Amino acid sequence: MRVPMTEYLYIDLSTEQWVCRPCGHNLGDARGSYKEGTLVFDRDPREIHPPIIDPEKYEFTFSPDPAYCRILEYCCPKCGTQMETEYLPPGHPPTIDMIWDIDALRTQWEERGEDPELVVDYGPGENAVTDMRSTHEGHHNHSHR
Amino acid sequence: MTLTTNDTGNAQGILSTQEQQWVDKFMDETTLFLGPDPEIMRSHQIHERTAYEDECIAKGVSPLETDRIRKRLAGSLDEAFEMCESMGAAPGAKWADLSVAVYTAEGDVTYLSNRGVIAFSAVLHHPIRYIMKNWKDEPTVGINPGDGFFHNDSRYGMVHNTDQSMLVPVMRDGQIIAWVGATIHEGENGACEPGGMPSGSETPFDDGLRASPIKIVEGGHLRRDLLTFLQHSTRDPKLMLADIKVKMGAVRRVIESVDRIIEEVGQEAFVAALRVTVENVEAEVRRRIKELPDGTVTFNQFMDSTLKENILIKFACKITVKGDRLIVDLTGTGPEILNRAINSPLGSTKAFMTQAILSYWWPDLPRSTGALSPIEVISEEHSWADAGYDAPVGQSLQGSFRGFSALQTAYAKLQFSAPKKYSNVIAPWFNQINDFLWGGTTQHGEQVGNLCADLNGMGGGAKAFRDGEDAVAPLFCAMADIAEQEVMEEEVPFLQLVSKRLVRDNQGFGKYRGGMGYEMIVASRGTPNWGFMTVTSGSKFSSITGMFGGYGCPAYPLSIVKGINIYDIIRKDPSQFDLSIERIMNEQPYEGGSYQSAHMGLQFDVAKEGELYMISQGSGGGYGDVLERDPELVAADLQLDRISAQVATDLYAVVWNPETFVVDVQATEAARVEARKRRIARGTPFREFIKEFVTEEPPADLLYYGSWGQDNDEEVFATHWGGQEPQRVKGKLSEIPLVMIPDRRVLKIEAQNKRIRELEAKYGETVVHKS
Repeated sequence: MRVPMTEYLYIDLSTEQWVCRPCGHNLGDARGSYKEGTLVFDRDPREIHPPIIDPEKYEFTFSPDPAYCRILEYCCPKCGTQMETEYLPPGHPPTIDMIWDIDALRTQWEERGEDPELVVDYGPGENAVTDMRSTHEGHHNHSHR
Repeated sequence: MTLTTNDTGNAQGILSTQEQQWVDKFMDETTLFLGPDPEIMRSHQIHERTAYEDECIAKGVSPLETDRIRKRLAGSLDEAFEMCESMGAAPGAKWADLSVAVYTAEGDVTYLSNRGVIAFSAVLHHPIRYIMKNWKDEPTVGINPGDGFFHNDSRYGMVHNTDQSMLVPVMRDGQIIAWVGATIHEGENGACEPGGMPSGSETPFDDGLRASPIKIVEGGHLRRDLLTFLQHSTRDPKLMLADIKVKMGAVRRVIESVDRIIEEVGQEAFVAALRVTVENVEAEVRRRIKELPDGTVTFNQFMDSTLKENILIKFACKITVKGDRLIVDLTGTGPEILNRAINSPLGSTKAFMTQAILSYWWPDLPRSTGALSPIEVISEEHSWADAGYDAPVGQSLQGSFRGFSALQTAYAKLQFSAPKKYSNVIAPWFNQINDFLWGGTTQHGEQVGNLCADLNGMGGGAKAFRDGEDAVAPLFCAMADIAEQEVMEEEVPFLQLVSKRLVRDNQGFGKYRGGMGYEMIVASRGTPNWGFMTVTSGSKFSSITGMFGGYGCPAYPLSIVKGINIYDIIRKDPSQFDLSIERIMNEQPYEGGSYQSAHMGLQFDVAKEGELYMISQGSGGGYGDVLERDPELVAADLQLDRISAQVATDLYAVVWNPETFVVDVQATEAARVEARKRRIARGTPFREFIKEFVTEEPPADLLYYGSWGQDNDEEVFATHWGGQEPQRVKGKLSEIPLVMIPDRRVLKIEAQNKRIRELEAKYGETVVHKS
């Protein structure tokens, strides 16, 4: 049973692994952080948020200051999907953003008796219905109910 | 009399029972000052059932009747809300920055108006508890039918000090059975700067009016002596008078409805309905927490400004779900800064946590104190999110809005796997006050101080299936208005020469992008005395992030052109009326102008006629990987000049025909394949990355406050000025020295003096410097 935990991540309860939803790549122990299995890049924020007023003339330009702010980009090492970004001061340890109780997660889904890939969507409203089955297995994100 | 050892205590100074009684009696009879009561102020739990509530509930509660009572209250509260909105003198009132509520006798909010500021539902039990504890049986005050209590100080329970309340008891046979209250963001409050939200306050006394709960209305009559005192304490006496009356009128209207409901269903059924609503909300919140997966989501924020200088201060937040318990732990959050305005009382921080819960987690629940009640909050006093009594809180939204973002952002991860959701999966909402505050003398000769409604134009976060909405609503009020500029210009002496025009690339990029913010360019006109302020952080460090691979908002500067009169320039050459921040700052088209960019903490700055002040409203966060964005949506944004060619090429990897904006599908697919390969090629495995990136301490030249990482949140870093030079310290929050930052102008003068002496020495000039 695979539980969609974010837009790009499953937890596979049978293997207890984090899994990349777009490509099925295993990202490591689901009792730890999925970040362990990712590739990370330390991005200068000025490359993402370009200056609108001239950085030659002004200190404050609409771009974050790289001495204050870095953007860490986390991607899947197999398919290159960017599954998370993180805005951090330079040198600050990356945040372990999610740690889940796998035993409790299994019990919760066993009690529900449903396939998480078929019942999890984005919330109320017709537009929020989606297909959480893995795209690499030939499924596409569109309404299936 | 012979005293035994037990009566006299012992040599270690432990008091005997008798001595303790004497001390207690003395203290009870000689109270010096009834300040904020920690027992009241640190609690956000609903009050225990009173004996009378028990009695009322024991007589039977009909769910149908309770529902009918709730609906009638909701209708009445919405009517009262509209009264305040239509008649209120405060700009905030006209744009929905208010709320009207019904409370239980002990002060729990049972029901809040559907429109308005939800955060009030988690903060206004504090002043009622205070009134019940201290004034009910106080012979010089008392609570009687027709009385009304006023307060504004957030140390006694308020969103922030610019809000003012009117709390009125509903009484039967001398017994309080409920309360009705109206609260409005009034703006001007007599602070050190106009507008009620001073970025420049350096002591609690700079924050303006410090009204603890006082009986302003006695037996239905407004007390003229106290009213005059309040008017005299602020810059806008007309506003004070008008809106006290407006709030009284609105509250009276709700009480009339309450009277009719009680007449119809009986007092006991009414009291029972109020109480079970609060309890039901609490029980439902516990049930919904249980639907979430057990685990911990951590989300840290870094704010880059005290509103006077750039620093980095952390707002740490770990949210743990275990069964039906949800624990919010703020340990690791930076210390309060004792001479800066950014600190927030814990009650205000919690109020905005509730704002996230009731608008972005479970918007279908009645807006009640019960919503936050079962949630546990771990926080230590004297952090900037949990300010002590002596810290200024004039711009407390800096701390409290981070409380909102902590819960709003984390919830996308907390709720993603839940099959039953009550709101959509969404990226972070913009969370800053990108707005002009203003004050001075109007064209009508009146003294005023307040703010523009553009505060309400925050960009919405992208949803998992659609772009965020541009300039849609502030995080604190889903249906607030950004107002008609022309209406404002009839009342205040400045024009928005550019209003509500989107700024290119001001986006949180992603598969779905955040809602965009717009630029504002203002200049005063026809006034002898006017000035502007801005009260925002996020000029060096983006104030919100993206979600699941999307990006956050950019940073936001303040741009100013002094020494010109734009009205003269336009009068002489109308073609110069082509204004944008980008053009003015980059081309510097006006001769003699002084062009400056700065962070967005501008203390009250005298604005001469025609000088330009320019800012941009913020963007919501983006959702998902930029390489998954539909290329047609990228082309549409390009065509509308919402994004630059650089962003479309470098971030979105889209190839298009620049004349027709037609996407080259194959070339785009190929570009995206290459972009993914480049990511894989430049990325470093996480473990190796940590070795390269992570440092033991924050960079030496950053004024950093808070924990570093998350392994030891008990230990926080701070910079303090115990001696001549700033010194970095670390330790437990309770152990680090008090933090007071020196005046930046003094530091600048010292640096310049040092340089002068260096140059004098270099060139052999002997100058006698007398101090």
